[in-house]
Amino acid sequence: MSEDTRHPARTANSKAATRAAPGVPLLRIDAVVKTFGRFRAVDALSLDIAAGEFFALLGPSGCGKTTLLRMLAGFETPDEGRILLNGEDIAQIPPHRRPVNMMFQSYALFPHLSVSDNIAFGLKRAKLPASEIKARVKEMVALVKLEGLEKRRPDQLSGGQRQRVALARSLARRPQLLLLDEPLAALDKKLRESTQLELMELQRRLGLTFIIVTHDQQEAMTMAGRIGVMDAGRLEQVASPRELYEAPRSRWVAEFVGDINLIEGKFDSDTEPHPAMARRLAIATGQAGTIHVAEPRQPLAKADVCVAIRPEKIKLSRRAPAFDDMRTINRLEGVIADVGYLGGATSYRIRLDSGLVLRSSIANTARLDTDAYSPGQRVVAWFAPEDCVVLEQ
Amino acid sequence: MSAESNFTRPARLAAIAPYVWMVLFFLVPFLFVLKISLSQTAIARPPYTPVLALHEGWGAIKTAFAALSLDNFRLLVSDDLYVLSYLRSLVVAAGSTTILLLIGYPIAYGMARLPQRWQGVAMMLVIIPFWTSFLIRIYAWINILQHDGLLNRVLLALHVVSTPVVWLSTDSAMYLGIVYSYLPFMILPLYATLSKMDQALLEAASDLGASPREAFWRVTLPLSLPGIGAGALLCFIPIVGEFVIPDLLAGSNALMIGQTLWLEFFNNKDWPAASAVAVVLLLLLLAPLLLYDRLQRRQLERT
Repeated sequence: MSEDTRHPARTANSKAATRAAPGVPLLRIDAVVKTFGRFRAVDALSLDIAAGEFFALLGPSGCGKTTLLRMLAGFETPDEGRILLNGEDIAQIPPHRRPVNMMFQSYALFPHLSVSDNIAFGLKRAKLPASEIKARVKEMVALVKLEGLEKRRPDQLSGGQRQRVALARSLARRPQLLLLDEPLAALDKKLRESTQLELMELQRRLGLTFIIVTHDQQEAMTMAGRIGVMDAGRLEQVASPRELYEAPRSRWVAEFVGDINLIEGKFDSDTEPHPAMARRLAIATGQAGTIHVAEPRQPLAKADVCVAIRPEKIKLSRRAPAFDDMRTINRLEGVIADVGYLGGATSYRIRLDSGLVLRSSIANTARLDTDAYSPGQRVVAWFAPEDCVVLEQ
Repeated sequence: MSAESNFTRPARLAAIAPYVWMVLFFLVPFLFVLKISLSQTAIARPPYTPVLALHEGWGAIKTAFAALSLDNFRLLVSDDLYVLSYLRSLVVAAGSTTILLLIGYPIAYGMARLPQRWQGVAMMLVIIPFWTSFLIRIYAWINILQHDGLLNRVLLALHVVSTPVVWLSTDSAMYLGIVYSYLPFMILPLYATLSKMDQALLEAASDLGASPREAFWRVTLPLSLPGIGAGALLCFIPIVGEFVIPDLLAGSNALMIGQTLWLEFFNNKDWPAASAVAVVLLLLLLAPLLLYDRLQRRQLERT
């Protein structure tokens, strides 16, 4: 029992505790393994998260992101590895003794308690004095803008209001680390977008560390400072949203995050590039001829590669652009196969003469449509070497 | 457009059917009993007066109604026997319901936490006793509890006791029989509410700093109150009127109201007094019955 009361007291001083250990990340996940039967849900995963970060775990369903989050909350115990919070291994500590709180996907609000009592639940367990509980509940209700609804039961609230109660309840104990399991999945699109911005604002203002699990890349990109992309229990890449999109480290990440055109080819290291093509590589592809790409940061180890270009980086024109610019060196001729008008942009599918289909996305920057292409029209698709990413197969 | 055109004729008939059933098989018989309870006992066939003779016309019916009186109800209040029987019934029902809850809750809780495929097996084990006649099971208990019964033989063989203990015809035997017979009625509604409970709520409680014990008292128990209410009433109401178990297992020094009713009807052949006992019993049980109905309704509204 004495331990029960000790931890929340420390939770209340989380900022001081975080500052006391410079250089040590707030959270260090060290070679953590979790298996269910023969299935390795989390496979020797390591990750550091600094205090004040907004980190997103992104991945398809079943990739292990929720299992990882549940291990941080204490609902699952790792089979191997350590979970260090401020340098202290919490892997075996039960959830009710961890200075970590979680916001559940289903919200898991107590149906028999009012909004106030739901928010006060964790504070009462921490045995805070009644006056402080009252003040803290009031502060939380104001924080999530639920004034006037304190007496309501969860079944008398809308989905958005319930989401706010869940958030307030998980923040009330001032956790060092807040875990959010698909917190916005149950909201409709409009509400989701405004709530994303509110969550970011809240995280910045309170200086808290958030780890969010989501399968929605838009959501991860919008909110998180860093994203960890997971597949089959491993982290495929940990990077900022821009880096993840523009410099995916593997073909899997490139395909998982956003839309992309992939053209398979071979890289021949013996051929000397054209003098004007310094720091560029020529990739021989079967279906799109030679494609010039910017030299990757790491030299290629394998000959089998894959050229990746995002659709918005492929420009279209009726006639081939002039050759005076290196930016137009990659040019492929084809016929518009179909046109998808999306409002802000138009998405084209171009069938090249070789049979390969490319996708191009053109922003609709003007209201009047003078430059639209129609199906069957012959076009040249061109793109700059710098806009290509070359990935090993 | 009238409201009734929203329903087809068969649908309307189906909606009326339960009411017809209730009127025919509950309300009409109850009115018979009520009428007999207001009559006087007589050595005749049927053994009471007045007898309604519809074929003798309006005048005769009016005289018959004028002859009805509350004498039997006055008798119930004036004689200790009845008041004590009612009290004993309520005390026994309350006591056994409490014991049933204390035994049934942990069983239902354990069942709800079994792996899914074992829950069906556990459910079967709870229901299997119903496959044997209730009377046979009570007689089996008599066999176990009697002077040279199984229990005494085992206790003697283990040298726990040196002379046979009197088990049969005691209140303990009766409580044992009642708890044994009604346990499924307590377990099933409790299991129904506990197995429906969202496990995420317990995780949330634990995440917010509640120890497993606190999570039980603050979350599981309050959320299982509807099941506790349903189970308690489902046991309490029939136990108040229980006749067979106290008659076979309890001693004869104190009677439950069901036994008193049986004696009035079959031994004393006093139909009016027995009917009055039944009417008062029904009124006594009306309060918990209405409570049970409200609980059920609230449960329905939530789902």
